[in-house]
Amino acid sequence: MSSRLAQGGRLIDRGAMREFTFNGKRLKGYEGDTLASALLANDQVMMGRSFKYHRPRGVVASGSEEPNALMGIGTGGRFEPNQRATMQELFDGLQAESQNHWPSLEFDVGAINAKMSRFFPAGFYYKTFLWPRSFWEKVYEPIVRQAAGLGKAPKDKDADSYEHLYAFADVLVVGGGVAGLTAALEAGRAGAKVLLLEQTAHWGGRAPVDGGKIAGEEAETHVANLVAELEAMPNVTLRLRCMGAGVYDHGYVLGYERLTDHLSDKSGPRHRLWRIRASQIVVAGGAIERPLSFAGNDVPGVMLASAVRDYAVNYGVAPGDRVVVVTNNDDAYRTALAMKAEGLEVPVILDARAAGGGALAEQARAAGIRVEAGKAVAKVLGSKRVTGVEVCAQNGSGSTIETVACDVVAMSGGWSPIVHLWSHCGGKLTWDETNAMFRPDPDKAPTGADGKGFVLCAGSSNGALLLSEVIADAGRAGLAAAEAAGFEAPVAQSWQVDELSEIPLAAVWLMPAGASYDKRSKTWLDYQNDVKVSDIQLAAQEGYESVEHAKRYTTLGMATDQGKLSNINGLAILSASLGEAIPQVGTTTFRPPYTPVSMGALAGQGRGETFQPLRRTPIHDWHESHGVQWEPVGHWRRPFCFPKAGESTHDAVNREVLTVREKVGLLDASTLGKLVVKGPDAGKFLDLLYTNMMSNLKPGRCRYGLMCNENGFLIDDGVVARIDENTFLCHTTTGGADTIHAHMEEWLQTEWWDLQVHVANVTEQYGQIAVVGPMARQLLEVLGTPEISKEELPFMAWADRVVGGIPCRIYRISFSGELSYEISVPAGQARALWEALYEAGHGFGVAPYGTEALHILRAEKGFIMIGDETDGTVIPQDLNLDWAISKKKDDFIGKRGQQRQHLALNPDRWKLVGLEVADGAVLEDGAYILDAGDNDKGQRNMQGRITSTYYSPTLKKGIAMALLKGGMSRAGETVEVTRLGTTPVAAKVVEPVFYDKDGEKQNV
Amino acid sequence: MSDLSGPTPVLALGGAAFDGYVRVAEEPLRAMFTLRGDLSAKALKNAATGLAAVDMPGQGQVALNGEHCIAWMSPDELLVMTPWDEHAKALGQLDATLTDPALNYTDVSQARALFSLSGPDGLVREVAAKLAPVDLSPAAFPAGSFRRSRIGQVSAAIWMPAPGRIEVVCFRSVADYVFTLLRDAARPGSEVGLFG
Repeated sequence: MSSRLAQGGRLIDRGAMREFTFNGKRLKGYEGDTLASALLANDQVMMGRSFKYHRPRGVVASGSEEPNALMGIGTGGRFEPNQRATMQELFDGLQAESQNHWPSLEFDVGAINAKMSRFFPAGFYYKTFLWPRSFWEKVYEPIVRQAAGLGKAPKDKDADSYEHLYAFADVLVVGGGVAGLTAALEAGRAGAKVLLLEQTAHWGGRAPVDGGKIAGEEAETHVANLVAELEAMPNVTLRLRCMGAGVYDHGYVLGYERLTDHLSDKSGPRHRLWRIRASQIVVAGGAIERPLSFAGNDVPGVMLASAVRDYAVNYGVAPGDRVVVVTNNDDAYRTALAMKAEGLEVPVILDARAAGGGALAEQARAAGIRVEAGKAVAKVLGSKRVTGVEVCAQNGSGSTIETVACDVVAMSGGWSPIVHLWSHCGGKLTWDETNAMFRPDPDKAPTGADGKGFVLCAGSSNGALLLSEVIADAGRAGLAAAEAAGFEAPVAQSWQVDELSEIPLAAVWLMPAGASYDKRSKTWLDYQNDVKVSDIQLAAQEGYESVEHAKRYTTLGMATDQGKLSNINGLAILSASLGEAIPQVGTTTFRPPYTPVSMGALAGQGRGETFQPLRRTPIHDWHESHGVQWEPVGHWRRPFCFPKAGESTHDAVNREVLTVREKVGLLDASTLGKLVVKGPDAGKFLDLLYTNMMSNLKPGRCRYGLMCNENGFLIDDGVVARIDENTFLCHTTTGGADTIHAHMEEWLQTEWWDLQVHVANVTEQYGQIAVVGPMARQLLEVLGTPEISKEELPFMAWADRVVGGIPCRIYRISFSGELSYEISVPAGQARALWEALYEAGHGFGVAPYGTEALHILRAEKGFIMIGDETDGTVIPQDLNLDWAISKKKDDFIGKRGQQRQHLALNPDRWKLVGLEVADGAVLEDGAYILDAGDNDKGQRNMQGRITSTYYSPTLKKGIAMALLKGGMSRAGETVEVTRLGTTPVAAKVVEPVFYDKDGEKQNV
Repeated sequence: MSDLSGPTPVLALGGAAFDGYVRVAEEPLRAMFTLRGDLSAKALKNAATGLAAVDMPGQGQVALNGEHCIAWMSPDELLVMTPWDEHAKALGQLDATLTDPALNYTDVSQARALFSLSGPDGLVREVAAKLAPVDLSPAAFPAGSFRRSRIGQVSAAIWMPAPGRIEVVCFRSVADYVFTLLRDAARPGSEVGLFG
């Protein structure tokens, strides 16, 4: 059984007991435990079931590479699935549940899948669910989804908060093992600003477990010394529980800091996403031990050799009482020695190398451990727990020589440098034949804008496996990074390292070498996705020669662990099946993040109240307190209408329209874009931007203008006011404020840089209030506004006036067809003016009105709306706006575009018309106007579409604007307009101006 | 509209404030003018320095004199600030100085919301660093630094008038969004300790 040892455990505090639950069962551990070590201490070796076959699975690793021990952690708004028990620190009250089983972890119905595994080979889904096609969505997919999958999705809204942080460094070091610390120290000593990130809660990585002496000190002491020196350096920042998640272009790195995952107290942000810019990045992530591929290598109790000694040394936990070590290298002997030192039994070390091991093997023998060279595991015995191994020769087909009873198998297939972060941005790898591993190719680093490398690897990440090599390599890398970041680098400190020598491993990709099909189909490569040696071989046989294809076909390496343990083993099997060398087959692509990060961290502050900026006009709060119904317009909120108590939206809108037509209404038009165009060439510039002439506009006057893009299509419209000789104020649509500003700047900065013009966006400097209706003038007069008669302030003029004691600028422009004063007022006084107008308007029956009334009012007048009558493919001529296109000007943006034949000479273009239905019904928005016959796809031909359609309370009937083939040449015709779910309706083509055709009402 | 009078302009958030691990506060109205044109033109320099009574700032800098300042916005743009009670006087002065139509100014005082972060220098810096992609370390962003950047998803300019104080200006319509972000970033319990 697995249990807590009587003593030891360098990371735990035996004086601090912690209670937690696993599948509802109350268990105890210590401060400093991981969930995995605490479970092992409680003899809970089985920690989950596999994805496809629901096989019992135990913890394999001790770090972030763990594929099996995935848990649902927390409850309610703090529940999160697929968390690694090896990375979850224990705290009081932690609630964990295992995954992927029903009804219980111990007894699982889905395990029948394992018995059927013969029928679930690689590509099973692709082969099985092809027919009948219609069954996939309704039948197969729901069943497959129910049966497969890992953790449950959380049901509640995330209860935590998250944040981002922007950080900058000359040298960023990822990984706080002895290599990362050494690299950081050298870079720091050179004067670079250094940021050092470590994903776990502890500095030092493997060195304190694996031993060796540095400068005469034990590794643990040396690590403490390094940390102390680094902490004393003002130019160095150290961060624990912060993973370097991804490396991107231009030295951009994401760091993933876990702030409260290890605490009972969950207040404060849970995760912080570090958005780092670094001049140079040193990757010191270490290496990952590889499993060996033998039959039954997924039975709970089969673990990585390094993990077995980690649990003992770090947490004082024995994963079992009798540990068989199986290896192809010297390093795993350390596990045997560590177990022996803890008083556990090590019945045998099976070394697959015919010649056996080096100095460590000698030590093992000296410690009385039986060592067998050239031997292998033929098969693991046991199902929910290892009970023993059958031993065979590595060469051969695996005839059992003897059976050894044990409850742990500590396996080591060698080490793979963690090259992920090196590879994220394009760093290439080279195959190291001696150590059977891919390592970074120093000549093919990821390159920055200057064509030079910006990532370096240090220590085991760089392929250095011996402690002495690791430290020397890390010192070199730290200095090189500082130098590349522009610091003068002294010579790296050299450290005296005492260690045992090691002899090279022998590559072992299958155990035994001639394993039968029966064995290979029980030999796991990818534990999480249940991919076996036989699956990869089948994929190769079926022609999946590319490693990327084989990966997708078999799902090797596609689980949440992204194949940290399985990729190299899998591609070795693939290359052997294809008869090619491993480097020729190559690896799959390493993509960020290194391990999964929370969605919350990525979103950061972008959720809840601050999901998106919400823009408020200066009168926003008044609207809110007066029963507004909002409409989102871009990031703005604009009043859609102001329903009174008990009034429907429709009734409110109609009332608002009639108020404007009969009395006076107030509109908050503050969102309209206001761009000041200023300079000696302002008129010339506007003539180039607008389709009509602006330079001959007189100061004090306003003119409606159209703006097109280079293709001639209409992009914006609005009223331009000339303020003085050199100054114009251009009104844009609400949505156009920023885009038209950018459009103007782009032309000024890239094409017409010789024009002396500046553009300023003053949209937010002013609130704008439209006072609209036949009583508008009387209302303003009540407020003491002087000189606003038809003669003193005529239609399409502007003037500065004091309204209710507030200095304003009044534009006599109208988007409703009524007498209208649009009053511009500094933002900080807009609310005061609005309230003054509202108060004074009581006697006139004033009402605020919203965007829907605005739309109806303009549609009754046949005024177009950008985005309704236009969609990016409409030219002004389509909207009968030929009058607003200057024939005198040499050029303007869009002029040449509009002259193209398909626009200028095409009688079939869809052009603006009005439509009315005989019984006054309202047409459907976006409806099509049918034409005769079908097209070559068998679809009904169309000849137009509805662009705006409303019930007009003024005219007491439906009115619509549409784009129709041939436009107003079709006046008087009857056309057929589609309706959803029913037959088309007949509509008559009429003038698009339904109300006050001569424009007399606005010009009073 | 050049001679402003009438009711006192109200702030976007009415002077909101939050005492977190640094203090976040909406600042009173300040007169702000965008000056555009050739920054080496004598009239432009005179207009700016005449208002703020400081020398011209360098690129990425703000030249400060209490609430008066000149900020470098772009190769042809300055932002000049004065206390609000000098607004009318400033308008007159600008009109008198910037007679060349190729040089001009725009009153943007009320287009903006102004916030301050105040407290221990390192903490003030890190609260800003949670929201703006700017290197806010004392070495890279000493007092007198000025950046046009963003806060969360919206445009903002940030500068450091003095150690322990950062000022942020954003558009008025998003004042609430920016204040909420700053407030959340300054919540006790979310300290980073990035700048010592």
